[in-house]
Amino acid sequence: MASFLRKRIISSAIPLVFVVLGVFCLARLTGNPVDLYLPLSATPEQRAEFSAAHGFDDSVPVQLWDYLGNAARLDFGVSLRTGEPADAMVLEAFPVTLQLAGMTMLLAVLGALLVGSLAAYRPQSAVDRLAGLLSMTAASIPDFWFAIMGVLVFGVALDWLPTSGTLGGPEVWVLPLATLLIRPFGVLVQVVRGSMVGALSAPYVKVARSKGADATRVVFGHALRNAITPVLTVAGDLAVGLVNGAVVVETVFGWPGIGKLMIDSILQRDFAVLQAAVLLTAVTIFALNILVDVCHALIDPRVRQAVPA
Amino acid sequence: MSAPDDRTSPAATSPRTRPPRWWRLLGRDRGAAAAAVVLALVFLVALFGRLFLGDRAVRQDLRASLRPPSLDHGFYGLLGTDVLGRSVLARLVDAAATTLSIAVPAVLCSLLIGSALGLWAGYHGGMRENVAMRVADVILSFPSLLIAVVVLYVFTPSAMNIVLILAVARIPVYLRTARAEAAELRSRLFVDAARTFGTPASAIIRRHLLPIALPTLLTVATLDFCFVMLTESSLSFLGIGIQPPEVSWGLMVAQGRQYLQTAWWIAVLPGLAIMLTTVSATVLAAWVRLATDPGQRWRLTLPRKRRGERAAVPPEMIA
Repeated sequence: MASFLRKRIISSAIPLVFVVLGVFCLARLTGNPVDLYLPLSATPEQRAEFSAAHGFDDSVPVQLWDYLGNAARLDFGVSLRTGEPADAMVLEAFPVTLQLAGMTMLLAVLGALLVGSLAAYRPQSAVDRLAGLLSMTAASIPDFWFAIMGVLVFGVALDWLPTSGTLGGPEVWVLPLATLLIRPFGVLVQVVRGSMVGALSAPYVKVARSKGADATRVVFGHALRNAITPVLTVAGDLAVGLVNGAVVVETVFGWPGIGKLMIDSILQRDFAVLQAAVLLTAVTIFALNILVDVCHALIDPRVRQAVPA
Repeated sequence: MSAPDDRTSPAATSPRTRPPRWWRLLGRDRGAAAAAVVLALVFLVALFGRLFLGDRAVRQDLRASLRPPSLDHGFYGLLGTDVLGRSVLARLVDAAATTLSIAVPAVLCSLLIGSALGLWAGYHGGMRENVAMRVADVILSFPSLLIAVVVLYVFTPSAMNIVLILAVARIPVYLRTARAEAAELRSRLFVDAARTFGTPASAIIRRHLLPIALPTLLTVATLDFCFVMLTESSLSFLGIGIQPPEVSWGLMVAQGRQYLQTAWWIAVLPGLAIMLTTVSATVLAAWVRLATDPGQRWRLTLPRKRRGERAAVPPEMIA
């Protein structure tokens, strides 16, 4: 298990490094922040001073070296917009997105396991066809449009839910959660269903049935345990994709999460904040991938032995 | 499954074993047939719609501002007008062409490059396979929308750049699928035989691996078409995709958003158009997967009542 974990950590760390380096270089290509933050009337001396103060006058490799050195000491620089430390801003926004994404994945996985298993229990039944149609639609709805429709129907026409913001009771969560939920749910239902149809026709399920195990035990005790591996893989990838959704949802509903923070800092060339946000997101995704691998190994003993290259 | 043998002349295949014509199969599945019709219509409108439009998608008429959908104002007033009095129907048609002119090239590029790399990596194995898979991991492990945002901010958001980014972001999907197929096929007997005869690797990949992997890759491409369309729409919605005066469905939703309470049709209709197209592509992809799989095709030729389960969506479709 230890050697399995070590190998997985090393191979998952490679993308992490590339992402951090890539965003650093790309952000430098978006233009010099000096033009955006100083007035047009600024003298060349003021410009040079501003550049020197934030290290923009060094060459890109030198800037990168400084950045890595500072990051190792947990110093992520200050925001050009607000003057606050970048890490404080990112850490403030992060829990909002994490709560939203965590809740979404939990509901999506549990819901999909239930609906997908029900659909797979009797293929081509009414339940199965309904689940198929719903999940295909859910997986193909544009999320920003779904969010707007939610606002139009429940926020404006019926006036049941707030149209944006985070202030208030649990009702502020409904629309953002629903928007973020539809795509992972739709995809996962289809994965669970496909995987369960296979598992339910396996010999060990016939044995369990003939021994008199009841339907619940056969489905959730025997078949689901064997069918869960592909679901886990897809759920992990979908969780990465949730960052895409978070950008849209947080923009539409005005949530102060990390997706909105990243979009805003790109648009305003707030490099320090962007890099800190990307680093944290990349580390989270890295941890998530390791978690998925560990779950795989715990569920399936074959994975522990056959370590992928 | 038998090995595809390029030495067999077409005449040697007896007509009895020929698979049923695809349009017959399609006709038997009402859902898939409807999806195919919708997609065909969308493509026709995108291809030829602009010929009939003239300047109707951009012509402003402030007296006709925010007209609701009605039958009173001729064909182009059918779906109402936006705040500048432009016909929503005409703009939907115009946007269809823009949206597809991004989605189709992006899907084709990633399909071609990803499949070629994947088959190559999977067939050769070893170091080449490792490197290709690591590259795929790097691309996939980062949210595509965010990369697109950064890149589109550096290079101006032109249609060309959006196509490039979407193509690069989706290459790993085909690469992984093709590699898995090739890695499985390379130890089959017919590949061994071809290798023993001294067939060069490129010919083995082209003649022996590609025909078998192609149905799967095409299915993935159909599903990926949805994803690419949705991403382009999201980018345009966020204001970093298609820029006015050009128009795409996602951009129309964004423009209609501020008139949501007074003129719902501006934002609702383009969203419906996106959804109709993507759902049709998903339904059709499910059908293609059945129809191109010799082991599953019988489900489509049987009467409706006796058909078994459909294969579920493969993990490749995920974002």
